[in-house]
Amino acid sequence: MDNELYQAVLLQHSKKPRNFGRLENPTHAADGHNALCGDEISVALRIEDGTVAEAKFSGSACAICTASASMMTGEVKGLTCKAAELMAGNFRLLAKDGPGPDVPERLQVLGGVHQFPQRVKCAVLPWETLVSALNSPVA
Amino acid sequence: MDIIKIREQFPFLREKVNGHPLVYLDNAASTQKPDRVICRMSRFLESEYANVHRGIHLLSERATAAYEGARDGLARLLNAARPEEVAFTRGTTEAVNLLANSWGRANLGPGDVILLTEMEHHSNLLPWMHIAKETGARVDFVPVLENGAALDFDAARHLLQKRPKLFAFVHVPNTLGLENPVKDLCLLAREAGVTTFVDGAQSVGHQPVDVRDLGCDFLACSSHKMCGPSGIGALWGRMELLSAMPPWQYGGEMVDRAYFDRPATFREPPARFEAGTPPIVEAAGWAEAIRFLTETGLEDIREHSVALANLAATQLREIDGLRIFGPDVRQAGILAFSIEGVHAHDVAFFANERGLALRAGHHCAQPLMRKLGSPSSSRASFSLYNTEQDVESLVGILREAVAFFR
Repeated sequence: MDNELYQAVLLQHSKKPRNFGRLENPTHAADGHNALCGDEISVALRIEDGTVAEAKFSGSACAICTASASMMTGEVKGLTCKAAELMAGNFRLLAKDGPGPDVPERLQVLGGVHQFPQRVKCAVLPWETLVSALNSPVA
Repeated sequence: MDIIKIREQFPFLREKVNGHPLVYLDNAASTQKPDRVICRMSRFLESEYANVHRGIHLLSERATAAYEGARDGLARLLNAARPEEVAFTRGTTEAVNLLANSWGRANLGPGDVILLTEMEHHSNLLPWMHIAKETGARVDFVPVLENGAALDFDAARHLLQKRPKLFAFVHVPNTLGLENPVKDLCLLAREAGVTTFVDGAQSVGHQPVDVRDLGCDFLACSSHKMCGPSGIGALWGRMELLSAMPPWQYGGEMVDRAYFDRPATFREPPARFEAGTPPIVEAAGWAEAIRFLTETGLEDIREHSVALANLAATQLREIDGLRIFGPDVRQAGILAFSIEGVHAHDVAFFANERGLALRAGHHCAQPLMRKLGSPSSSRASFSLYNTEQDVESLVGILREAVAFFR
């Protein structure tokens, strides 16, 4: 049922997303797109000395994608680029296979999507966009 | 139209989702199949199946009769001058690709204009953009009016006077719930000497469509959107145009004489455009679907679906922040909408949990939805087996979704 997917904490994040909006002077940025449902999301980062100092996202996306992006931007702040990319990889496994040990406790709630294969992409899209942002310096 | 009797003929209605009866409102994507189509295909496979036009044996004769019978049936449905004007394809998309690759390559060159509209499905957009790039032609678009309420007819008139080579446009778009004035547009095109192609994917089988009355040069449609199986569709064209067109796919069945040392010669249409073994079983199923829809009454089917879409539109307008695309009064049984603060993908998921099948996304019309300011929207589309109770479910579930997500 909906409650298994849309847990209260996710709904809170989707209704009032954190780190939503434009980032002034980003050093890295990328756009992501889900062709299935039309989700469009942009991730902008300010990276200082190999560490994610600031992360914001914008765009139009479903509740799962928005919640995932909201939580993600909070989690990666302060991480090294390498650690952020590693977390993105682990998050993908969480979304595909369900809760596991390699992802911070706060993100485990998103593991519920693994029961709904057509929603996995929604949860993973912000993280894929993060990885491509990490590798896309702003010209 | 006896809706109870019609519903009894559709086995999918016995399915349940989480204990809820299935309410299927994704008919513009594909329609469900009645018993008689399913049975026809299975009977055909049991006792009539072989390859067509090849064997001098009983089963091949039966299969050929069924396959050519389907061509006759579709030709009658469209009021084509003769069955040979109907070439079977995999669907509407392949029909457009056939036309673009065959007619397009033979007739388009640098500076020529292909006129489309802003309300085209990707299937009547991308093949033309591709062929334009290959031939040096240019694609131009007739705009849609505010909120997708209608095609800008004056702009169409103006653009047609500039004599594009081709005007390719949709009869009933898959998002806006409107019907384009095909007859008037074809008349304008004919006066300007412009060849016309009509995408009939959402109109053929949903309402009477008479190609000679419409006055178009080409028209495409798909079986799966009209209670037939997926995997088969058709391109209809006026015979003198088809006869002048080169093949686009090569192989068995389309060839007249083949040699090692000189170019092959090709058969007359429609065989020229049907390389390889065609969708034989699907043709038998489609023919049955056409009989079913014709017996039910195409005018009644249209009235029924449009009435349901209008009923839904009236009730949905009461939901705060819900925006319906297209004209105020529905002209087709299609209703696309967005809800402020509630994403379409969540709506579709929430609805599915309650047994309601909706479409969410860009509906294969990304540029149009972008222009309307809604990259993602929900769509309810109605068919002959839907009821007023389905509309009630739709409205109730959407109200719940708004309360849940907003």
